[in-house]
Amino acid sequence: MENIELILKEFNGCDTSNLIPILHAVQKELGYLSPESVDAIAKHLRISKSHIFGVASFYSQFKFHPSGRHIIKICLGTACHVRGAQIIAEEFERELGIKAGETTEDLEFSLETVNCLGACALGPVVVVDDKYHGQMNVGKTHALLEKLQGKTEQTES
Amino acid sequence: MKKIKSVTELEVLRSKIASSRNPEDQCISICCGTGCRAYGADEVADEFIRVRNKLGLKDKLEIKKTGCHGFCERGPLVVIHPEEIFYQHITKDDAQEIIQKTVLEGEVISKFLYFDPKERKKIVSEYEIPFYKYQQRKVFKNNGVIDPTQINDYFAVGGYSALARVLSEMSPDEVIEEIKKSGLRGRGGAGFPTGIKWELLANQPNRSIKYLVCNGDEGDPGAYMDRSVLEGNPQSIFEGMLIGAYATGSNQGMIYVRTEYPLAIKHLTIALDQARKLGLLGKNILGTELSFDIRLIEGAGAFVCGEETAMIQSIEGNRSVPVTRPPFPVEKGINGSPTAINNVETWANIPIIIREGAENFAKIGTKKSKGTKIFSLVGKIKNTGLVEVPMGITLKEIVDVIGGGPSGRAKIKAVQTGGPSGGCIPVDKFDLTIDYESLTEAGSMMGSGGLIVMDEHTCMVDVVRFFLQFTSEESCGKCTPCRIGTRQMLAILNKIISGNGEAEDLVKLEELAYIVKSGSLCGLGQTAPNPVLTALRYFREEFETHVIDKRCPAAVCRDLVEYRVIPVKCTGCQRCVAVCPTGAITGPRAKPHNLDPEKCIKCRACYEICRFDAIAGDAIVIE
Repeated sequence: MENIELILKEFNGCDTSNLIPILHAVQKELGYLSPESVDAIAKHLRISKSHIFGVASFYSQFKFHPSGRHIIKICLGTACHVRGAQIIAEEFERELGIKAGETTEDLEFSLETVNCLGACALGPVVVVDDKYHGQMNVGKTHALLEKLQGKTEQTES
Repeated sequence: MKKIKSVTELEVLRSKIASSRNPEDQCISICCGTGCRAYGADEVADEFIRVRNKLGLKDKLEIKKTGCHGFCERGPLVVIHPEEIFYQHITKDDAQEIIQKTVLEGEVISKFLYFDPKERKKIVSEYEIPFYKYQQRKVFKNNGVIDPTQINDYFAVGGYSALARVLSEMSPDEVIEEIKKSGLRGRGGAGFPTGIKWELLANQPNRSIKYLVCNGDEGDPGAYMDRSVLEGNPQSIFEGMLIGAYATGSNQGMIYVRTEYPLAIKHLTIALDQARKLGLLGKNILGTELSFDIRLIEGAGAFVCGEETAMIQSIEGNRSVPVTRPPFPVEKGINGSPTAINNVETWANIPIIIREGAENFAKIGTKKSKGTKIFSLVGKIKNTGLVEVPMGITLKEIVDVIGGGPSGRAKIKAVQTGGPSGGCIPVDKFDLTIDYESLTEAGSMMGSGGLIVMDEHTCMVDVVRFFLQFTSEESCGKCTPCRIGTRQMLAILNKIISGNGEAEDLVKLEELAYIVKSGSLCGLGQTAPNPVLTALRYFREEFETHVIDKRCPAAVCRDLVEYRVIPVKCTGCQRCVAVCPTGAITGPRAKPHNLDPEKCIKCRACYEICRFDAIAGDAIVIE
């Protein structure tokens, strides 16, 4: 929580237009918006918690639950769609046993779909932990997951 | 860095930079746009730098990480100046060879060159490649030349000379007149004349605060030109905004960028810092009365933010729900102060107009649509990437000449323009010239400039369903026709693709589309039915095949398709066996394989990997 206080200090408490930048900063720090952090923001900006929830839930970027260690983002923009992105998304869902928007129970993987990452020429695009993987297909999906799972086990051992 | 105190000092600095750079000096520019980075361009560039330093060429050979060159399909791209040798698909293992052979020995390495399939020959120079040759690059001209994190690179290509000219030679009214004369219209899609917007802002009486906003919330899926300009040439946006600030008397600027564009945010932050340090942003810019600063605002993932009143709500820290106009933002915008919002590409055009003159700008294009426009040419096309073309070019030229035709063996069926607000234009209408009016007439719209090419393996019903899914999720929920209407249309489309469509569904769909169109407040709702309406206008037959015959001709809609192996074509190569996620395909090597329809989940993986057309996606009849 000390970190949150430090973040809040950087923003003028009287200006509610700082709300979205604050939410970004807090989420960058914690990975999600915890109930305690929402309390702190509400106090700092002197606005109600419901207002913060209202704004944060409107935007797709803000999360209220912790994400997995690896975040897999599947682009479902038009260009990726016509090249079969839906199939890739379903393959990830099947392999991980979760739906898009969910996190595996062991908190290893979060699966997200996004509307367009602007890497349309490489469609279908999957971004894992901010690294882009272009021209995906079912085969590459398996290889990618194996690599990620392998890496996870290695770092644990 | 020292602050530049006057226009003369700026000129001195620029000529100093220009004279220190010899255009004949060797330089390697490596595309480090998001597209090429996805292929590993960053590591490639680092390897080039390492090899160069190892060979002791640090002072002789410049290596630049530039913004997007546009030809994303062929990335990572490397261009060697001054000869403009264009190498494609470069990996970091090639760095040594390229520096050794091409830079030091002057040898062109054939295997890295672009192969023109039409002329059947390799092409050396970047400008000879059809993809670039038929473009007219104005906004994008410097993207492949400058390092976006070095303001000096922007000075070297004439950067901020337009601002200098405006500040020393022109009155604010003259600037507005010049922009009006150029005929520049908003590049965000709606096409409102920029000069008139500025004039309205300038004429707002007695206001101490006026805002200028750069709309970089490029939400249209399939369009990414704004990102490439923001990433590759951020200073040109600042220069455009500064000229706008001078003309309209604004003192505060904002750039609103999608949070999905981390590289653009990074480069903008660096560029803003450099411009501030040199006194190009802040108080009394270049020793004049002009004071203007720019704040960077990160979006949070809501498509509706691209709509100007919704964007203002978002900037103020609210849910981005559009509000009724009038009053228009130029009268009452951010915190009640007058605000003019222009698209990224519009701002980037401003310095060009001032530098080259409004007459020269207006020479390009059609009667009502002037200048160039950047399109993102993506989908089932050979040369995917960003193309900048003059207004008035035909779709055919873009698709066949610049785009090089279809990516696979299937024929091109349609081009989707304007994102979720636009429509699909069928191949027999490809003689259509691209400008604001003709696209609207065809039932689509310019939008932000996405051109998504679709071939015979693309199902129009599925594409329309995709867009409706998108708009129904992104609808802010304020207007009932949009909130519920898009959902209902989606439900009908889902019914059709699952094989349960009825004849009256198409009638209902059309009726709903008109209700949503006329009953919504903002652009999102008003245009959300466009994909449905154009698809029904041009591809009604395909809808009817789904509804009446329960067939999907493109073999996309899963409930209407069943996969099987064609034994005479199957060579037993086992590629499909390896890729099948559920083990539905079995069979020994060199014997025709067997596909178990019970296990098949219709993921299409086998269909796509088969080299021998031995997998058929048959349309089946569901009773």
